[in-house]
Formats: sequence, structure tokens, C-alpha cells
Amino acid sequence: MQLLKRLYQMLRTWFLFEILHGLFITLKYFFKSKVTIKYPYEKGPLSQRFRGEHALRRYPDGEERCIACKLCEAICPAQAITIEAEERDDGSRRTTRYDIDMTKCIYCGLCEEACPVDAIVEGPNFEFATYTHEELIYTKEKLLSNGDRWESEIATKLEAETKL
Amino acid sequence: MAPEEFITNNPFLLKLSQHGGTLILLALKVLAFIIALILCVAYLTLAERKVIAAMQLRVGPNTVGPFGLLQPIADGIKLLHKEIIVPAASDKLLFILAPILTFSLSLAAWAVIPFNEGWVFADINVGVLYLFAISSLGVYGIIIAGWASNSKYAFLGALRSAAQMISYEVSIGLVMVCVLLCAGSLNLSDIVFAQKDGWFALKLLPFFVIFFVSSLAETNRTPFDLPEAEAELVAGYNVEYSSFTYALFYLGEYANMILMSAMNSILFLGGWLPPFDHPWLNGIPGPLWFIIKICCLLFVFLWVRATMPRYRYDQLMRLGWKVFLPISLLGVVIISALVVYGGHFYAAP
Repeated sequence: MQLLKRLYQMLRTWFLFEILHGLFITLKYFFKSKVTIKYPYEKGPLSQRFRGEHALRRYPDGEERCIACKLCEAICPAQAITIEAEERDDGSRRTTRYDIDMTKCIYCGLCEEACPVDAIVEGPNFEFATYTHEELIYTKEKLLSNGDRWESEIATKLEAETKL
Repeated sequence: MAPEEFITNNPFLLKLSQHGGTLILLALKVLAFIIALILCVAYLTLAERKVIAAMQLRVGPNTVGPFGLLQPIADGIKLLHKEIIVPAASDKLLFILAPILTFSLSLAAWAVIPFNEGWVFADINVGVLYLFAISSLGVYGIIIAGWASNSKYAFLGALRSAAQMISYEVSIGLVMVCVLLCAGSLNLSDIVFAQKDGWFALKLLPFFVIFFVSSLAETNRTPFDLPEAEAELVAGYNVEYSSFTYALFYLGEYANMILMSAMNSILFLGGWLPPFDHPWLNGIPGPLWFIIKICCLLFVFLWVRATMPRYRYDQLMRLGWKVFLPISLLGVVIISALVVYGGHFYAAP
């Protein structure tokens, strides 16, 4: 019995059984459909909760939502947010400066959690690579324009969040 | 005029006045062949990337040109734009000479490969010996590169490569002897004709397998790519090379792959002969059969690369010296006995 077993093992070795088996498996995969997503032309699905590029939102009448409470600045673990605030002529408290250093940001989403008026949010955009570091230090204008640009996507995201 | 007529007129210096035209024609033929071969090498690299990608469920290069067909050209242009870096501590002459040697040797071997009846640059009657000699010389390019680079990685890679190529050449040589015994000739065209009524791959199947596996080792392909084991040796003997010198090594390596496939198909798969003597199969021209066979073998080269992990060094040496060598030695004895006493089937024509 032992002898037969050894003979069988020997035959498997000499006839390259395992190697041919391996080759058969790779050949099978050769004809399978491919899993590659051709990225710039095709994109994978994003979660509703995806935390991408930041945006400052406005109310439907065009008034900016941010009330300069500085909760986001306080909670930011990477200390990427810098806010300066003043009283505006109509007596409301608004930011004069709202900077996010996107190279410091760790995209944790705590700023949007902290915001009492849903002003700062992280949108679905992740394709904002630049050639210089300076371009990634976002100012209030840049963030507000992001808000205008991504408002519909951000609105659906927030709506899905409230439904949960 | 056919090239073999030129060869019979040697020494050519005496006949140069009468045959200057032939010489120029031959030079043009060689040039055309080399350009075609380099193009084949370029597209072999693309095929390699595509095949391996497909086996890993990827799509491979697909952006440069339709289906990535211009990728090798883009790679080539990129490579030529780079700077040739010659390390300060290197032996500069040998450092530059090594890739030239490797590349020209891989081209020189093609002189005796017949593509069809009479379609051969040099129809010499010791074609197999010539091929064997040229492929043995290939070690020199690698060992010179490793030594001249004056780098530890390159040197280790070159030593491994040399040891590996020499080990596997022994069994390649003995398997060739088996083929020669069956064919009764050293001329590659005669070897092909000897397979008219049955490929040697059928008569000598175990030796065909040994020969193919040894060709993998001879061309430093996976699973025998220890000379360039990137995990331990960075890139092997060509670490220090860049730009055109690197491109020459690369071209030489892939031209050797095609050469080995051609040798496999001539020695075992009947070269330009169709598998059966059937009018339909005979309708396909001989060179096309030869190219189809080479392509199939090259696919197996790539397929094996996508399938198998790298051998450990002692396993590699064990396989070469303790498995292949005894089997092929025994094979020479058995085949000679069969040729003498085995009757019609094994007798040389």
C-alpha cells in the first residue's frame, strides 16, 4: 500500500501533474472577463458617505451658511482649518477668512459633524490634485465656489444622511 | 540569388568583384530581417504584458494607440531619451561592450535558422553546433556586464546567470544529440525534413519537455529567473545599465526567447512543415507554419511566467544536474540503441 502510494506520488511528479494543473488554472483565468475599471473613462461607485473635497454651502437665497462659530476649527484634529471672523454691516457674524490646508487635512469628516448649520461639508469630489502645494491651501472663495459647484450632490448626500 | 549560393562562393573577398551585387543584396536582406526581428521583440514585450495581465484578470496596456498597440514604440522612445549612466568605478570599455555583445550574439544565431526550404541565410552543415556555440557565448555578455559594472548586485546576478546557463546547456546539448541521432544530420533543414512523417516531439516527448524547460532556464525566464530575482538582486546583471545599453540587453533577452522558440520548433515541431501531410494544411505556406509554431511556444513562455513562482537556487541546480542531466544522458544511450536496433520508427532517414 505504502509502495503504491509512493509510486502514485512519483508518477504525479514525473508527469508534471501539479505544474500542468497550475497552467490549466491560469489558462482558465486568461479567458475570464476582466475586473479592471478603466479609471479616467470609467469610475467605480462611491459611498453616499464618501468624504472628499471640502465645500462651504449657501442657503437657497444665496446667503452663506457659515456663522463663524469656529467649532470646525476647534475639532479639527489636524489643525488644518483657520478662521477669522468679524461683525458684518447688517450685524450678523460672518467669517472674513476661512482657510483649509488640504495637505494637512486627514479627511476625517469631524468638521462637517461639528457644524451646526451644515455649512462645511465634504463633497464627493476626489480629483483635485495640483502641481503645487500653494494651490491646495483653499480659501473661503474657493470653498464657496466648490459649494456652488457640488450643491446638488451634497444635497442628496445630506438628505440620505437624515433618512438614516 | 539565394543566400546559400553566396556561401558556396567563399572566400568572398576573392569573389567580391563578381558578387558585389549579391553581397549588397544579402546585406539588405539581413538588415530587413533585423528590423523585422526587433519589431517582433517590441511586440513580444507588449504580448507579454497583455497575456500576463489577462491571466491576472487585468487588461494590460490599453491607452497608447488602439488596444495599446503603440505602447512598445512609446517605451522605446522613452528609453532612448534617457541618459546613459556609466558608473565611475566601472570598467568603461567592457561596460559598453557587454550589451553590444549580448545583442549581436542574439542576432547572429538567426543566420542558420531556416524559415522554409532554402529560406536561410547560411545553410551550413553544422547548423546545430553553430547555434549551440552562439548560445553558449551568450554567457559572456552577461558575465562581462556583471563584472564591468563593479556592483555587488550585478556581480551576483551575473554569477547566478552564468552558473544557470552553463548547467542547463549541458542537458540542452545532450537532448540535441538525441535529436541528431534521430535526424542523422547536423543541418537544421535536414533535421526539419527528417520530421516529414512525424514530429520529434512525438518520438522524443520527454526530451522535448526537458528541452523546453531548459530553454526557459537558458533565457533566464520564470521559473528560472534567479539572475534578475528582483526581490533580492534588484535587477541582476543589468542593474547599472540605463537607456540604450539597457535596451540592448532587453532586446537581446527577448530575441533569445524568440530564437529558443524557433529552435524548439525546428528540432521538435517540424519547423515549417505542417503537422500532417494533408492538402488543406499544405496550402498554408511553410514560413507561416513556422511563425505559428514560434508564436505558440512564445505564448507558453509567457503562460509559464504567469503561472509559476521562482525556483530556489539549490532547487534550480538540483533540477539541472540531478534530474535533467541523468535523464538526457540515459536518453542518448536509449535513443542510440533504438536508432540501431529499433527498426524503422527511430531509424534516421
